[in-house]
Amino acid sequence: MNHIEHEMQLLKAEILEMSQLVSQQMKDSMLSLAKMDKQLANETLATEKQVNAMELKIDRTCESIFALHNPVAQDLRLLLAQLRINYNLEKIGDIAASVAKFVKKSFLFDYSPLIENTHALQMFEEANDLLIDVMTSFEKEDAELAKNILKRDKVLNQQNKLARQYIIDQIKRDPENVEEYLKTLSLIRKLERAGDQSKAIAKEIIFFVEAKILKHSPKTTF
Amino acid sequence: MHKLESKNVNVYYGASQALKDINITIDNNTVTALIGPSGCGKSTYLRLFNRMNDLIDNIKIDGEVLIDGKNIYEKGANVDSLRKNTGMVFQKPNPFPKSIFENVAYGLKVNGISDNKIIEERVETSIKQVALWDEVKDKLKKSAFELSGGQQQRLCIARALAIQPSIILMDEPTSALDPISTSKVEELIYELKSKYTIVIVTHNMQQAARVSDHTAFFYLGELVEYNATKELFTNPKVERTQNYITGRFG
Repeated sequence: MNHIEHEMQLLKAEILEMSQLVSQQMKDSMLSLAKMDKQLANETLATEKQVNAMELKIDRTCESIFALHNPVAQDLRLLLAQLRINYNLEKIGDIAASVAKFVKKSFLFDYSPLIENTHALQMFEEANDLLIDVMTSFEKEDAELAKNILKRDKVLNQQNKLARQYIIDQIKRDPENVEEYLKTLSLIRKLERAGDQSKAIAKEIIFFVEAKILKHSPKTTF
Repeated sequence: MHKLESKNVNVYYGASQALKDINITIDNNTVTALIGPSGCGKSTYLRLFNRMNDLIDNIKIDGEVLIDGKNIYEKGANVDSLRKNTGMVFQKPNPFPKSIFENVAYGLKVNGISDNKIIEERVETSIKQVALWDEVKDKLKKSAFELSGGQQQRLCIARALAIQPSIILMDEPTSALDPISTSKVEELIYELKSKYTIVIVTHNMQQAARVSDHTAFFYLGELVEYNATKELFTNPKVERTQNYITGRFG
């Protein structure tokens, strides 16, 4: 293994470590929402600081590899992909943290029926499964697995639409609590966006393995 | 204690000052790159460490140059012992007109080693260290000139390693090599630093970035900036360094 390969392997290990941290953050955040557990929400927010620190560290490592090793071809694509995957992971971490903040700020209103009827926890689980699977495809450098992620993202989009319609109906029926309904809608949208971030990671994996640019091509066919 | 150090070093070629008050410390088992435009003094600085500059007429050296804490320019310093401790590799591969084996064995014989078993062992170890063994093990008695340029340069590095120095000085060691051979020599430098302290002069800034832990930028005999390579190539502190490494110099 030459010098740049060695550096890239270390970087990849850092990114995988960060993804595990973000996935744990997603699980904790989901549990805190399921139980409306403020202690668990605090733990999720503490992990957020670690994730942010890791993002900066990975940014610096990428910067050094660009400056010192002058990567080309697949090395260049892998480095660009890793830089962007780092960004996407941090965004998923942000989403987990914002759900934790939602839990911390919830006092009087009983959100449990809303959480249940919008299937928010199932969306959470699906978003985390997407993250775990996309990072497996990253670890294995498996573009086929990444392509499957792109298809699976549709499930979250569909759940988001259904939840949105349910919340609109609830607002019409119970306009006094419109603020709580809108907060829940915002939370649902964030979970859908967590899926979008995994989809963006999948596109990065396809970019570096197959040199195909899928950015801004929403209806991708293979 | 630093492995290498220069304190307030000034070098003059007659009336012309080649180095101006250079202060650098270099730690053990590191690679330090010296960069800068032609005539900036980087090769002069490199050659201070094995007193190669002594061979030049009208040269005057002020200040202290220390290896393992000892001033190598003080009266009574043993130059033979110093040169045994500092292997040197030059710009163009310069094997002797001898066999591959004799090229590596030469330094040992000159240094009084006559036991053939020891010589054979050291030759094999040194050639293996430069990852050349598999390519030459069946033709050790053939002339070194039959090797490619890249192989000759790695042989020259093996020759330098055979006398078991602790320091390796390299003066543009890959400037005459093709990209594949350059890459092999760079990987070798990366591997050798676990056992040696390496100082390399290079015109190739990417090479300095790839192989070194620290980089010193020289300009018109002055040390403009000396810093960790990662820092110097991502966030140089001096504008002249930034201009040089980004190609906006002049």
